[in-house]
Amino acid sequence: MSPTVIVLFLIIVALTLVITFWASRQTQTTGDFYTAGGGLTGFQNGLAISGDYLSAASFLGIAGSIALFGFDGFFYSIGFLIAYLVVLFLVAEPLRNLGKYTLADMINARFDAKKVRGAAALSTITISIFYMLAQLVGAGALIQLLFDIPYTVAVLIVGVMMTIYVLFGGMIATSWVQIVKAVLLMAGMLILSFLVLMHFNFNIGAMFEEAKTATAHGADYLNPGLKYTAPLDTISLMLALVLGTAGLPHILMRFFTVKDAKTARKSVVTATWIIGAFYVLTLFLGFGAAIFVGEGTIREANPGGNMAAPLLAEAIGGEFLFAFISAVAFATILAVVAGLVLSGASAFAHDLYGQIIKNGKASDQQQMLAARYAALAVSVLSIVLSLFAQYLNVAFLVSLAFCIGASANLPVILYTVYWKRFNTTGAVSALLSGLFSALILVSVSPSVFSPTEGAALFVGNPIFPLSNPALVSVPIGFLGGYLGTIFSSKSDAKRYAEVKVKAHTGYRETGS
Amino acid sequence: MSTVNEFNTDNQKVDFEKVEQSDQFKSFLQKKKKFIIPYTVFFLIFYFLLPVLTSYTTFLNTPAIGDISWVWLFAFAQFVMTWVLCTIYVKKAAAFDEETDQIIEDQIHNGDGGKAS
Repeated sequence: MSPTVIVLFLIIVALTLVITFWASRQTQTTGDFYTAGGGLTGFQNGLAISGDYLSAASFLGIAGSIALFGFDGFFYSIGFLIAYLVVLFLVAEPLRNLGKYTLADMINARFDAKKVRGAAALSTITISIFYMLAQLVGAGALIQLLFDIPYTVAVLIVGVMMTIYVLFGGMIATSWVQIVKAVLLMAGMLILSFLVLMHFNFNIGAMFEEAKTATAHGADYLNPGLKYTAPLDTISLMLALVLGTAGLPHILMRFFTVKDAKTARKSVVTATWIIGAFYVLTLFLGFGAAIFVGEGTIREANPGGNMAAPLLAEAIGGEFLFAFISAVAFATILAVVAGLVLSGASAFAHDLYGQIIKNGKASDQQQMLAARYAALAVSVLSIVLSLFAQYLNVAFLVSLAFCIGASANLPVILYTVYWKRFNTTGAVSALLSGLFSALILVSVSPSVFSPTEGAALFVGNPIFPLSNPALVSVPIGFLGGYLGTIFSSKSDAKRYAEVKVKAHTGYRETGS
Repeated sequence: MSTVNEFNTDNQKVDFEKVEQSDQFKSFLQKKKKFIIPYTVFFLIFYFLLPVLTSYTTFLNTPAIGDISWVWLFAFAQFVMTWVLCTIYVKKAAAFDEETDQIIEDQIHNGDGGKAS
């Protein structure tokens, strides 16, 4: 490990610890802990959303995917971005108007039913743990490559850091770590893209021309079809990407960190511009890596292509840029896992303990303590799971998380706000049918079973043909909610009137 | 502060059904629907058109500008569409904000909804 890498690495660690120390002094109440007291500005929260969303999978994974598969790698960029239109048009404002700390709070604005809250918490916890597992295992492997330290040590470093941020600094520390990371990441992306484009005198056409001959795929590199050859599989994946974001608990939670729906809207717009710019730049990174590093070297470093961006940095910017991009990747991982710990912890401590076990009667001090214990428990659990999962191929867990978000959470959010007849039974059946159909279908899909050893979790023939089950599980989630509702009679028109008025106008009783 | 009951503590004061049934609220919601639904349908179709076309046809692979084929232009159009729709939404939402403020003012603070027994 070069001294530059160590110095930059330590600067990031020190900076985030200073933030956490400062944040710990601001964190007085449970509201501060879960939502930074609702005190972020739209711009700050927009940056934080970007920081929460742009994971190592986006930064390193997509750059690598484009480097190896050309256009097909870019599909992810498009899906991940358009997803924000779903968030902006349908979800963000009603969510902010109705909710308080968690997704379950928003649904429970309509139903005072513990089973609904329990089901929502279950889906939140499942998504958070799966997503986290994928992030931590990926992070361990990556840091091992970047900084040349053993996997176990790498997972422990990331795990301990995320625990410290959340445990002591709650949402305030998490938000600012995400903001700092977003700025660093965008700076890194801009520098790399600038250097790549400079080689072509800022002529994008010239870059495409070069890309056509740079890889073994020849002209096919510029056409779709190198990675996704089964049409329904591609469409199913695209469905999970575009609808899943609006159901990801760690992203939804970010909308409670601002004071009202207007600010929530501003944060989505800021995030959309930043995230959009980011994904445009992934193209230059991917092409740059394909041209200046080459497929062979990229695959040699990591078969999945995850090292494409750092190797590109080394090839066009030398050792310092390599160190800088590696440090940025490290910061990226930290910011995302911290957000995940917080969303998992809120489901445990706020929904399960505070509202279900304690009936919402826990004192602020008890809630805060519960939140911290839950954060510790979620962190330790994920670290332990990641240590065991070192040799497992768990990358598919990210798209599974998106799939659960789209199949379980999104139907309930939409029905809660927009469907008058919707009731408690419908909410539970939507959540559970979406969650379990996604889980069951994935467990018998090519993501888990592959005839080739090492390609998936188990060796064997998949029963279900689609790698990502969204195309089936999303309709099941919506249908589950519909059938659950129409086959049970109870629905509360008065309560819906209240929810409808509040969701669309942002009206709140004073004091709440 | 209780959180579960946050939404019905003041129920006696505000008659939400009356607000919901008011012409002002109904016409606002109608306008909102007329805005949100067509745009949502449009961007979803525009989005899925890309994987559908790349999966079942190859005509997007023909070059458009130099070596840049139509599929890249379509992909880039997705980005432009996102930003344009974002901007349109913000403009429209600002108008909606004024309307909702008015509804809260008229129906809840001053109107029957707020003072109903």
